[in-house]
Amino acid sequence: MDALGKEYRRGLGRPSGLLRDTLAKAMRSPASLFRRELTEKFWALRNMSLEVKEGEVLGLIGRNGSGKTTLLKILSRITRPTEGWAEIHGRVGSLLEVGTGFHPELTGRENTYLSGAILGMGKQEITRKFDEIVAFAELEEFINTPVKHYSSGMYVRLAFAVAAHLEPEILLVDEVLAVGDIKFQRKCLGKMGDVARAGRTIILVSHQLNQIRRLCRRVAWVDSGSLRQLGPTHEVVSSYESSMSSPEQTDSLGRDSSSLKARFTHWEIVVPSGDGEHTLTSHSSVKIRFQLDVRKHIRNAQQGIALFNVERQLIWATAAQDISFDPGIHHLDYDFPSLPLRPGVYSWQVSVWEHEVQVELWDAVPDLIIAAPNYQHWRDEWNGVLNIPSSFSISLTKG
Amino acid sequence: MAPATSNSTVAAHLARQSAGYSTIRIQPPRGWFNLRLKELWDYRELLYFFVWRDVKIRYKQTLIGVVWVVLQPLLTMLVATLFFGKLAKLPSQGLPYPVFSFAAVVPWAYFSTAVLNTTNVVVENQRVITKVYFPRLILPISAALSGLVDFSIGFVVLLIFVLSYGFRPGWTILFIPLFLVLSILTVLGVGLWLSALNALYRDVRYLIPFLIQFWTLASPVYYSSSMVPDRYRWLYGLNPMAGVIDGFRWALTGTGHPPAAILYASVAMVCMAVFGGLIFFNLMESTVADRV
Repeated sequence: MDALGKEYRRGLGRPSGLLRDTLAKAMRSPASLFRRELTEKFWALRNMSLEVKEGEVLGLIGRNGSGKTTLLKILSRITRPTEGWAEIHGRVGSLLEVGTGFHPELTGRENTYLSGAILGMGKQEITRKFDEIVAFAELEEFINTPVKHYSSGMYVRLAFAVAAHLEPEILLVDEVLAVGDIKFQRKCLGKMGDVARAGRTIILVSHQLNQIRRLCRRVAWVDSGSLRQLGPTHEVVSSYESSMSSPEQTDSLGRDSSSLKARFTHWEIVVPSGDGEHTLTSHSSVKIRFQLDVRKHIRNAQQGIALFNVERQLIWATAAQDISFDPGIHHLDYDFPSLPLRPGVYSWQVSVWEHEVQVELWDAVPDLIIAAPNYQHWRDEWNGVLNIPSSFSISLTKG
Repeated sequence: MAPATSNSTVAAHLARQSAGYSTIRIQPPRGWFNLRLKELWDYRELLYFFVWRDVKIRYKQTLIGVVWVVLQPLLTMLVATLFFGKLAKLPSQGLPYPVFSFAAVVPWAYFSTAVLNTTNVVVENQRVITKVYFPRLILPISAALSGLVDFSIGFVVLLIFVLSYGFRPGWTILFIPLFLVLSILTVLGVGLWLSALNALYRDVRYLIPFLIQFWTLASPVYYSSSMVPDRYRWLYGLNPMAGVIDGFRWALTGTGHPPAAILYASVAMVCMAVFGGLIFFNLMESTVADRV
């Protein structure tokens, strides 16, 4: 039965603008209602073709806005494609959010039924799995309490427990595993692994490449709405990682820079040299350089810098006060004794302010890749944010 | 569009179908008339859960719950009796004015709340709509149906009230379900349009109170439809609620005559509205997740 599969070949485009102000626009020029505004259209996904075999766990990776979620939304029939088609053989369950359909006034029990039904379970199915769901969520005592009294952890546990007991032939998952405490996350991953082993087809979107590595055998890399690479997990993930650190797609957002007084154009690692401009492979001292193109004098300026990890958690930030910039290209250098961070993908954000007014804010591209040796615990759950080399000794002081 | 399918894929396809897999084909919205009523039927359990949720939440959030449902039409009836019956002395088809107005207020209360809820239902469920697929048609239908619990309570009170006035409803009461179905369809006929429009233009929500107010005046809630000149009667009947309200009075008290002429116009009007509403809602459905 190896020919079983889902075949896709599609492209999608849709108007980007929200149509809330159409009425206001129509007041000004009634004819515009009937005119198609071609300029506002963009293709969120185009000419995407791939096939997923039954029982396969496929990972979808790509930058924000590359079209991964759009693809999932089409496959789950939340939105319809503009062109192309897809064929799905089997019942589809989609988990694009944790707690879909939860209502705060209802009890845990009621929400289990409601959310289960919305996600596609029948009433009998939910009744059959109810005890298992509650046990999985570890919420036996609180199941008759309205969920508005739940802590956010309890809420997420129940929501995920319902979702995890969905048994469709095809499961579409978007980033929802990034919730809850580590212990519960692992439990969910385990459950998901069980689901995969049970022969179900899963398409998983995640920014957490470790998760992708652990769960998927094959990965599709989506870039600006089309398929950039499809293949075995380790190949695609590593070429994705290296592209994030190559300067090729600098400033793809196409910011309108003409009106700016200053703009960041480039960043690089100056010291240590030789590792690649955006990858750190050691724990030695580091010099990071940002290039700022100043067009007009800026007085009484502040210059801010922040470092985020891949979950957009702030790692570190600072700002320099009372600077003035003359027109011209500037190098802003930051020296660090070392950047003791867990290996992974990080991003800089740099900004310039004049009299408390923002002049420029740049989410630096490409990302910073830290690929230095990991000095931490050999078990994943004991890997923290920092990666500090340490030495350890024991001495006997009283015998 | 369709690729050449080789024999092997066809064979595999057939094998899958015999193995009990359902095949879904996803493609751009095509045609303007594909209501997929079979799919709606497959999702009937979800419809039940949406109605169940609405009812649960409604009675959980109000302090006095059921009392409120009884009190609302009762008070409306009392005020109407005072101003329209006693002061304005409007004719009431030979019925005591309280009976005359209460028989209208109960179906009208259902209608006005249900129109309001149906209009907002797509917008209120936007989080669910953007995260999960189900036939969107379930939402307005569930909103129209969940008002029936309130209606049932109101109807029991109405029945007791009518009996206490010495009326003994005869065989005509068998027509009540018919009028009820007509009012549910009216809610859908209006609600399908408005909920779709409301998803596209939020201003619609602000128009609803005016619409309801206007509609109250155009319906025989506080006055008798016999005040409408005969030659405009058919025009009046284009308002389906005119037929429903006259029907309720006739069915409960047995006095007067069945609202025949008005009713035919009403039924025709409702059928057109529901049909058009289904098509319009269906057209909107394919893009709603991108817009709400």
